Amino acid sequence: MPIGPYQSPLALISDSETDHHHQALPETPAVAQAAAPAGLRLRGIDKRFGDNHVLKGIDLDVPVGQFVAIVGKSGCGKSTLLRLLVGLDEPTGGEISFYGEGGDTIEPNARIVFQEPRLLPWISVADNVAVGLGDGVSRQTGRQEAQRALAAVQLSEKAGDWPSKLSGGQRQRVALARALVSRPGLLALDEPLGALDALTRLGMQELVTDVWRELGFTAVLVTHDVGEAVHLADRVIVLDEGRISLDLEISQSRPRRHGDPVLAELEGKLLDTILGKA
Amino acid sequence: MTTIDTLTDNRQVSRKDAGRPRPLSDRSIDPPKDAAARGARTNSAPRTASKAGNGTAGRSAWLPYLLPVTLVALWQLGSSTGLISDRIMPAPLAVFAAFWERLLSGELATNVAVSGARALAGLLIGGSIGFLLGIANGVSKFFEQLTDTTLQMLRTIPHLAMIPLVILWFGIGEEAKLFLTSLGVLFPIYLNTYHGVRNVDRDLIEMGRIYGMSGWSLFRKVIFPGALPSIFVGLRYALGIMWLTLIVSESIAANSGIGYMANTAREFMMTDVVVLSLVIYAFLGKLADVIARALERRALAWNVAYQG
Repeated sequence: MPIGPYQSPLALISDSETDHHHQALPETPAVAQAAAPAGLRLRGIDKRFGDNHVLKGIDLDVPVGQFVAIVGKSGCGKSTLLRLLVGLDEPTGGEISFYGEGGDTIEPNARIVFQEPRLLPWISVADNVAVGLGDGVSRQTGRQEAQRALAAVQLSEKAGDWPSKLSGGQRQRVALARALVSRPGLLALDEPLGALDALTRLGMQELVTDVWRELGFTAVLVTHDVGEAVHLADRVIVLDEGRISLDLEISQSRPRRHGDPVLAELEGKLLDTILGKA
Repeated sequence: MTTIDTLTDNRQVSRKDAGRPRPLSDRSIDPPKDAAARGARTNSAPRTASKAGNGTAGRSAWLPYLLPVTLVALWQLGSSTGLISDRIMPAPLAVFAAFWERLLSGELATNVAVSGARALAGLLIGGSIGFLLGIANGVSKFFEQLTDTTLQMLRTIPHLAMIPLVILWFGIGEEAKLFLTSLGVLFPIYLNTYHGVRNVDRDLIEMGRIYGMSGWSLFRKVIFPGALPSIFVGLRYALGIMWLTLIVSESIAANSGIGYMANTAREFMMTDVVVLSLVIYAFLGKLADVIARALERRALAWNVAYQG
C-alpha cells in the first residue's frame, strides 16, 4: 500500500487550511454539530474483576484535544482503562469526568475503534459508516454523512461494496470512518493497527494523525507498539500492574519522521521502563 | 435485554463459523479466509473462463440432465423390448400418457393444488412456531431455560410415530395432515434459528450497542441478519420433511391430493399413475428447493459462501 496518498485526506472536505486543531467537518443542518472535544479527569479509578485487581487507583488528566498513548505489557490494564473511558464498563471505584474547553463538565460523544473492524457484513460499506450516526437519522442524511466520512478516509469509491470485498486495511479505515462520522469529542483507539501489515500500518498512522489534527477530538490510543505511541502521541503513559509508572511528554513537532533520533531515544527510555530496566 | 448474557458463552464458536452454517448445506467448500486469497481468486476468474471458452458454459447447461435422460431412455427401451414387465414398472411413455390424461381431465391440477396448499399451510404454521421459539430462546435466557429442554425431548420423537394418536385426536380430516406437517417442520426450523441466533458474533453485538442499538433495532440490524444463513439451512431441511410428512399422511387417509391419487391407483393396479405421483413429488420437491435457494442467494448476497 502506498504511503504518499495519505498526506491530507481531509483536504477534500475541508475548505480552510488554517486553525487545524479545531476545524470540524463542514456542517449540514440535518446532523448534530460536532461534539466539543472532551478533556478527561480520572480520580482514583479502581477496577476489579472478581479477585483480579486490574486498575489500582489511576489519577490522570488529559487536556482537551490531546493525543495520549497508553502502553504497557499484556494484562497491565490498558484496554480495561480504555473501555471505562467510553462507558463499556463501569469502574469499581473512583470517578471519571469530562470537561469542555471552558472547563465546564460535558457529556462526551465518545467512540471506540477496535483491533478488529467489526463491520456488519450484510450491509454496504456506506451503510456501515452510517451506523455510526445512530438510529434517529434518515437514510438520505445517513448516506450523505457516510459519503463525507468515507472521503476523509479515502474510500469514497468503495461506498457501495460489501465489506468482504475490502482488504484488512480498508476495513479498518471504514471502522475509523464509522467512528468519525458522528464527529466525536473523544476517540478511543484499542490497538486499531495491531492486525495490519507493516506498510499498511504506516499509512494508517499518517491517516490517524491527519484526521486528529483536522477534527480536533481528544484521542486515547492503546497500543503495545512503543514506536507507534511515540510517533503518534503528544504524551505517552506507561501502565504497569494497574498503576501509572511513567508519564512522558513527546513535544517533537509534527509531521514526525520515522527514525527520528529524538523519538528513538524516547522510545528506548519507554522500553526500559516497561521491561523494568530503568 | 438479556442478549449479551445468553450469547456470552458462545464466543469461541461464533468467531470461527460466523455467518457460515454448514451442517446441512451441500456447499461444503470453505470460502478463502483472508482478503489476499479472495483477491487472487477474483483475479483468476476471468482467465479461467477465457481459457475454457464457451465449452464449459455449454456443457454445464446440459451435463446435469445427461444421467436422468439416459436412464429414462434405457427404461423405455427395456419396457418396449419386454425386458421390464408392465406390472412391475410401467413404461415412461405410459406414465406420460397417464399424466396427459389426468392433466386434460383437470384431476391433476386439483390434486397438486390440494397437496401444495396442505404443504404450504403446514410449513407456515409449524415454521412460524419454530422460528419464534428459536428467536425467543436464542435471545432470552429465561425462555431458553423455560422451553429448550422440553423441545429437545419432543424433538427426539419421530413425528410420524404419532400417526395413531393423531388419527384418534383429529380423525382423518385436514387437521391431521396439517398437524403432522407442522410438527415435522417445526423442529428443524427451531433448531437452526436458535443455533443461528446463539452464534451471532458477540463482537458485532457489542459494536451495535456502542452505536446506540438496542432491542428491536439491534435484532433487526445485527442479530437477525447474522442468524439468517442458519435459518435458511433450517428452511431447506424443513422443506424435505414437509413433503415426506405429506406423502405419508396422504397415503394413510385422504380423499384428494397426490397421495390419494397414488393410493387409489394402487388399488386398481394402475402402476403408471403410481409412478406419475412419484414423479410429481420429485418435481414439487425440486421446485421448493429451487425457490429456497433463490431466496437464499438473494438474501445472503453479502456472504462469500453464497456468491456466484
